Amino acid sequence: MSHVHTQPHNDFGHDHVHDHGHDNHGDHGSDGYHATVQDYVKGFVLSVILTAIPFWLVMGKVIESSTATSLVILAFAAVQIVVHMVYFLHLNSKAEGGWTMLSLIFTVVLLVIMLVGSIWVMFHLNTNLMDMPRHETTQNP
Amino acid sequence: MQSDTSTLPMPGGPIRGGGAPTGVGTDPSPRFYDDGTHHPEQGTLLGFWLYLMSDSLIFAVLFIVYAVQGRAYAAGPSGADLFDLPLIAVNTAFLLLSSITYGFAMIAMQHRRKGSVLKWLAITGLFGLGFLAIELYEFQHLIHEGAGPQRSAFLSSFFALVGTHGLHVTFGTIWLVTLMVQVNKHGLIPENRRRLICLSMFWHFLDVIWIGVFTFVYLMGVLP
Repeated sequence: MSHVHTQPHNDFGHDHVHDHGHDNHGDHGSDGYHATVQDYVKGFVLSVILTAIPFWLVMGKVIESSTATSLVILAFAAVQIVVHMVYFLHLNSKAEGGWTMLSLIFTVVLLVIMLVGSIWVMFHLNTNLMDMPRHETTQNP
Repeated sequence: MQSDTSTLPMPGGPIRGGGAPTGVGTDPSPRFYDDGTHHPEQGTLLGFWLYLMSDSLIFAVLFIVYAVQGRAYAAGPSGADLFDLPLIAVNTAFLLLSSITYGFAMIAMQHRRKGSVLKWLAITGLFGLGFLAIELYEFQHLIHEGAGPQRSAFLSSFFALVGTHGLHVTFGTIWLVTLMVQVNKHGLIPENRRRLICLSMFWHFLDVIWIGVFTFVYLMGVLP
């Protein structure tokens, strides 16, 4: 990556040959941060809706089945997390030359592996523990 | 890093690629190609983002513990017995409102309106304090009822997860007050703007974690 820094001055506009991965230099202000009121209001309104519906579903006991309710409110949570990422954290695939998105994807992959794997493994462990042979439990005082 | 600019390769032939000797010549004196002005803030923001990603792994582990142990009541009270959903709804509203008021502080920062930034930060801080007050009340109430962290695996994992989130909000609030003092004293200088952006990421990140908490712990916890 050292070639990126061979230009000693901030003349981003002149020579882009060396500028792979930093294409967004011209788009941001001095802070690298752009927020708009519309984005925040949009995100807020969506969040309120996406929060209110799960609370209503659970508190009003709208759906009979617990499993169905769980799946629906988990889906709402997933959508709301995306809304927050896009409208509040201003996440996009271009930010920081894609490294922000890449690290997020890496984290999500790790998270899913750990979460699904743990639930899966521990679910079986519980089942096995309940079937524990009698003589192993009688060793306790 | 203050390099002597007179030793830097000068305009004329743009230096392409790494090492093409055009224009650099034979001057043997040391050169500092990165004079620190390349992108002064991008590095911090990416680094802070990586911190947030590692922090979300901490929360991931706590969520996993709760997922595994969340129904291990040890003949004690369950979520349906303990959780007060209207209170949680108020808490969620506080955190959501604090997110948008922090957003307004950032908008004011972009327009370099110091007074407005301070006002919105103060409102955000009050929502944060309101959130913490309700959470502490809830914890105190649970412990008073004998449903403290030592009661069951469910309650241990509950207090670990929700308490860690609450600690983050506490530190976020302290950070916010510190920044208000800084902005008040030094104005919206680049350093303070960078810090405000970092705190905005932190604050919104906590709201994202809370989405998981209220859905996974509270709402799913009271389902039969």
